[in-house]
Amino acid sequence: MDNLQAIMPMLIVTLAAMATMLAEAFRRKDERMPIGGLGVIGLVGAIAAAGLLWDRNAVGFGVIQADNFSLFVTVVVAVIGLFTIMFSSEVVEREGIPSGEYYTLTLFSVVGMMMMASATDLLVIFIALEIMSIAVYVLTGIKRTDAAGTEASFKYFLLGSFSSAFFLYGIAFSYAVSGSTRLDALSTAIAQSASAPGPMVWLAMGLLLVGFAFKVSAVPFHMWTPDAYEGAPTVVTGFMSTGVKAAAVAAFLRVFLSAFEPLRGDWTQLLTWIAMLTMVVGTVVGVAQTNVKRMLAYSSIAHAGYLLAGIIAASAIGKSAVLFYLASYAVANVGAFGVIAFIATRERNTGELTDFTGLWYAKPMLAVLMAVFLLSLGGFPPMAGFIAKWYIFAAAVNEGFYTLAIVGVLTSVVSVFFYLRIVVMMFMSSNKAELEVPPFGIVGTLGLALAAIATFYLGILPTRLIDLATQSISTIF
Amino acid sequence: MALLSFSIFLPTLGALLLALIPNRDGSRDGLIRQLALGISLVAFALTLALWAGFDVNGAEFQFVERTMWIDVFNVEYYIGIDGVSLMLIVLTGFLTPISLLASWGSVTKKVKEFSIFMLVLETAMIGVFSALDVFLFYVFWDAVLIPMYFLIGVWGYDRRIYASIKFLLFTMAGSVLMLVAIILLAVLHQQQTGSYSFDLLELYALQIPAGTANLCFLAFALAFSIKVPLFPLHTWLPDAHVEAPTAGSVILAGVMLKMGTYGLMRFAFPLFPEAATAWAPFIATLAVIGIVYGALVAMVQPDMKKLVAYSSVSHLGFVVLGLCALTVNGVQGAAYQMLNHGISTGGLFLIVGMLSDRRHTRLIAEFGGLKSVMPKLVAAFLIITLSSIAMPGLNGFVGEFLILMGSWRSEVLLPRFTVVAASGVILSAVYMLWMFQRVNYGEVTNPKNETLPDLSVREWCVLAPVVALAVVMGVFPNIFLQPMAPAVERMVQRMERRPAITQVIPQAEAPVAGTQAR
Repeated sequence: MDNLQAIMPMLIVTLAAMATMLAEAFRRKDERMPIGGLGVIGLVGAIAAAGLLWDRNAVGFGVIQADNFSLFVTVVVAVIGLFTIMFSSEVVEREGIPSGEYYTLTLFSVVGMMMMASATDLLVIFIALEIMSIAVYVLTGIKRTDAAGTEASFKYFLLGSFSSAFFLYGIAFSYAVSGSTRLDALSTAIAQSASAPGPMVWLAMGLLLVGFAFKVSAVPFHMWTPDAYEGAPTVVTGFMSTGVKAAAVAAFLRVFLSAFEPLRGDWTQLLTWIAMLTMVVGTVVGVAQTNVKRMLAYSSIAHAGYLLAGIIAASAIGKSAVLFYLASYAVANVGAFGVIAFIATRERNTGELTDFTGLWYAKPMLAVLMAVFLLSLGGFPPMAGFIAKWYIFAAAVNEGFYTLAIVGVLTSVVSVFFYLRIVVMMFMSSNKAELEVPPFGIVGTLGLALAAIATFYLGILPTRLIDLATQSISTIF
Repeated sequence: MALLSFSIFLPTLGALLLALIPNRDGSRDGLIRQLALGISLVAFALTLALWAGFDVNGAEFQFVERTMWIDVFNVEYYIGIDGVSLMLIVLTGFLTPISLLASWGSVTKKVKEFSIFMLVLETAMIGVFSALDVFLFYVFWDAVLIPMYFLIGVWGYDRRIYASIKFLLFTMAGSVLMLVAIILLAVLHQQQTGSYSFDLLELYALQIPAGTANLCFLAFALAFSIKVPLFPLHTWLPDAHVEAPTAGSVILAGVMLKMGTYGLMRFAFPLFPEAATAWAPFIATLAVIGIVYGALVAMVQPDMKKLVAYSSVSHLGFVVLGLCALTVNGVQGAAYQMLNHGISTGGLFLIVGMLSDRRHTRLIAEFGGLKSVMPKLVAAFLIITLSSIAMPGLNGFVGEFLILMGSWRSEVLLPRFTVVAASGVILSAVYMLWMFQRVNYGEVTNPKNETLPDLSVREWCVLAPVVALAVVMGVFPNIFLQPMAPAVERMVQRMERRPAITQVIPQAEAPVAGTQAR
C-alpha cells in the first residue's frame, strides 16, 4: 500500500490520461466533448494527492521517492499542465489539432515529468525521461499537415534520441562503477573512491551531464531548442519550455547533488563554464531574433543558465532558489506563450514579431498581460522573475561564485533588450492598423489571469513559496 | 499609524482605482484627469503631513516601519525618513500633481494609462527615498524604470523608442552590479555576525576589507553616477529628456536625477567611507568636467529642451561636487541644490512644454519677441531662468553658494575644483540668458508667433506654485535647510569615521569559485 501511496499523483494523472484516450475513442466523429476537463480533474487530483503526501516521505517500489522535493516539482509540473490545458481549450480546434490525442499525450508527458522528479534509480529516471520526451516529440509534430511542425518534431526527435543514448551510456558506466543503478549505491561507491576517482566515474558523470544539459537546453547542447520551439504549436511550446525544463532540472539536481555530491568541487567548475556560456549565448543570440517564439526559445536557454547557476551554488539557499525559480519562470513563460497562442489566427500563427504591432490598441488587456509576463522574465520588480533572479544570484554570491553572478546580472540586462522589443511592438509602434485577434473564451481568460496573479503574488509575497521550497529540499539533500 | 507607507502606496491604490474605470473610447478622459490630479494632491497633502510631523531634533530616522519580508535572507520592509529624504519626498509630492496638470492639454491619447503610470511612478520614487533596507531600496529603484520607460516610449516625441530603451538599458546596466554588491554586503554581514542583513544602519557598521569595499563602492557609484548623470555617463539624458513628454521630463529632471545624488549621499558614500574618500577627487573631477562641458554644449543647442537637458548635466555636476567636498556646507548645498534643480529645471521644462504645445516646435530660432505676445508666460519664464542661473534672492543662489563655499574649504578637494566650477556659474548665465533673449526679446519675426495665447488658467495654476516656491526658497532657505541639517551633519560624521585602514579585520577569506564545496 505504501508503494502505491508514493506514486499516487502519477497514478491519478495516468488514469486521467487513459480516460481522455477512451473518451476520444468513444467520441462520435462530429461530437464535441470537453476532453480537456478530464485532464483538469486528473491534475487537480494529483496536486491534492501531493498535498496529502507532504512530509510523509513515502517510498514506492524502492525506486520512487515521494519526498517533499519531488512533491514540489510534481505540483509545479501539474500547474504547468493545468495552464496548458486551459490555454489549449481555446486554440486546439482553431489550430486543427486532434484534441483527444493532444490531451492524452500532454497528460502522459506530465506523468513522465513527475516520475523524473521522484525517481531515485537511474534506469527509472531514464524511463521517465523517455515517457516525457516521446510524448513531447509527438506533440511537437501533432499538426501533421504543418511542414514546420513536422520538421521541428523530427529534429527534436533525432537530437533527443542522441542525447538519450548519451544518458544511457552514462547509466552503463555508473553501473560499472557501483554495480547498481540506484543513486544511493552510486553515491556510496563514488564517495569511497572520491580521493582518486577512476576514468569510469568521469565518463559516467560526463555522459549523464550531457544528457541533462540537452534536456535543460544548456549550451552547447541547445541547438534543437529554437527550431523545436518555433515549429511546435504555440501551446505545446509553452508546455515544453516549462515542464520539460522543470523535470530535467529536478532530476539533474537529484542526481548530481546526491550521487555525484562527493565530486562537487570538480563538476561545479565545468558547470560554471556551461552556465555562463548558456547565459551569454541565450541572451546575445536572442537579441537578433525576429520571431517571438524563437526569441523566447533563446530566452529559455538563458534561463537554463540561471537555473544551472542555482545548481552550482547549491547550498540550502541555492537549491531552494532553483525550485523557486522553476515556479516563477513557469508561470511567466507559460503565460507568455498563452498570449502568443491567443493572438494567432489560422493563417498567421508563426509568432512573428510584427504580429504584435499595436496589440495594445487592439486588445489592451492581452498586451498588458504579455508585458507583465515578459517583464517578469526580464527580472523587473514587483514580478516573480525579479525575486527569482535575485535569489539565485544571492545564492551564487553567498557561495563565492562572483563571476557567475556578475555574468548573470549583465546577461539579464541584455535579455531585457529583447523582451522590450516585443513590448515596443505592442505599445509603441506607431502603426495602429487594427490587429485582428480571434475571440477567446472564459477559460483562457481565467488561465491568463491566474498566471498574472501568480506572477505578482510570487513577486510581492514570495516568502510562502520560498519556505515551501526550503522545506522541500531540506528533507533530502 | 503607517503614514509613511500610506504616502508611498496611496498613488498606486489610486492607480488601481483608475484602472477599474472603463475608458476604451476616451469618453471619460476628463473624469480620469481630475481623479488622477485629486489623488496626487492627496498624496502631496500626505507628504506635507509627514513634514508637519517630522521632529527636526528627533531621532535620525522617523516614521520608521519595519516588518519581515523575505526571511531566508532577512530582507525587511523597513522604511523611515530623515530630513533629506523628507524634502525629496515633498518635492516628489509637489511635482507629480503639477506635471499631471501640465499634461491636460498635451496628453490626449490613452489618458487613463498615462495617469496610471504617473501615479505608479510616484509610489516607486517615494519608496526609493524612504527605504532603509538596501534590498527594498533596490526594488523601488528598479521599479521606477518601467513606468518611466512607458511614459517616454508611448507618449514621447519622434525618437521616443530609441530614447526610452537607451534610458532603461543604461540605468539597468549600471544598477545590476550594485545588486551584486548589495548581496555581497549582506553575505559579509552574515560572515561577521552570523545572520544576513540588508538593514542600512547595520551595514553602516560593517567592517569591510579594503579591496572589497573599493569594488563595492565602484559598483554603487556606477549605478548612481549613471542616474545623476555624471560625465561621461550622461549620454542617455539628452535623448530621454528631449523625447519624453513634458510630464516625463519634469519628473525625470525634477526627481529621478536626484535618486542618483541621493543614492551617493545615503548609500555609496557612508557605506564605504574610506573608498569614497579615496575616490572623491576623481568623482569631483568628473563632476567639474560635467559642469563646464554641460554648459558649453547647452550653449550651442538650437533646441530649447535639449538646452535645458544639458543644463541639467551642468547643474547636477554642482550637486556631486558638493557631495564630494565632504564638508557640512558642501553636502548641505548639494542637498539644497537637489531641491532647487527640481524646481527650476522642472519649471523650465514646463514652460518649454507650453511653448511646444502652442507651436509644436522647440527650436529657439522659431521664436522671438514673445514678451509682447504673452507677457505673463514670459514673466514666469524670466523668474525661473534667473532661479536656474543662481540669481541672488532666488533659490539657485543659496545652493550653489553653499556648494562653492563647501568645496573651497574641503580637505579632500583642491581649491582648483572650486575655481573651475565657479566658471560654470558664469557659463550658465551665458547660455540661459542668451536663450531667453533670443526667445523673448526683439521683434516678433515669425508671424506664427503673433497670435499665441498667453497663459490659460490651468497653466497659471501649473506655473504659479513653481515660481512662488523659487522665490520662497531663495528668500527663506532656512525653512528647508533646517530639517536637512541634522541629516547632513550625520552623513559628514559618518564619512569622518575613517578607522585606521591597517587594522586587521577578523573575517573569513573570500571564497574562490568552485573550492567551496560543502
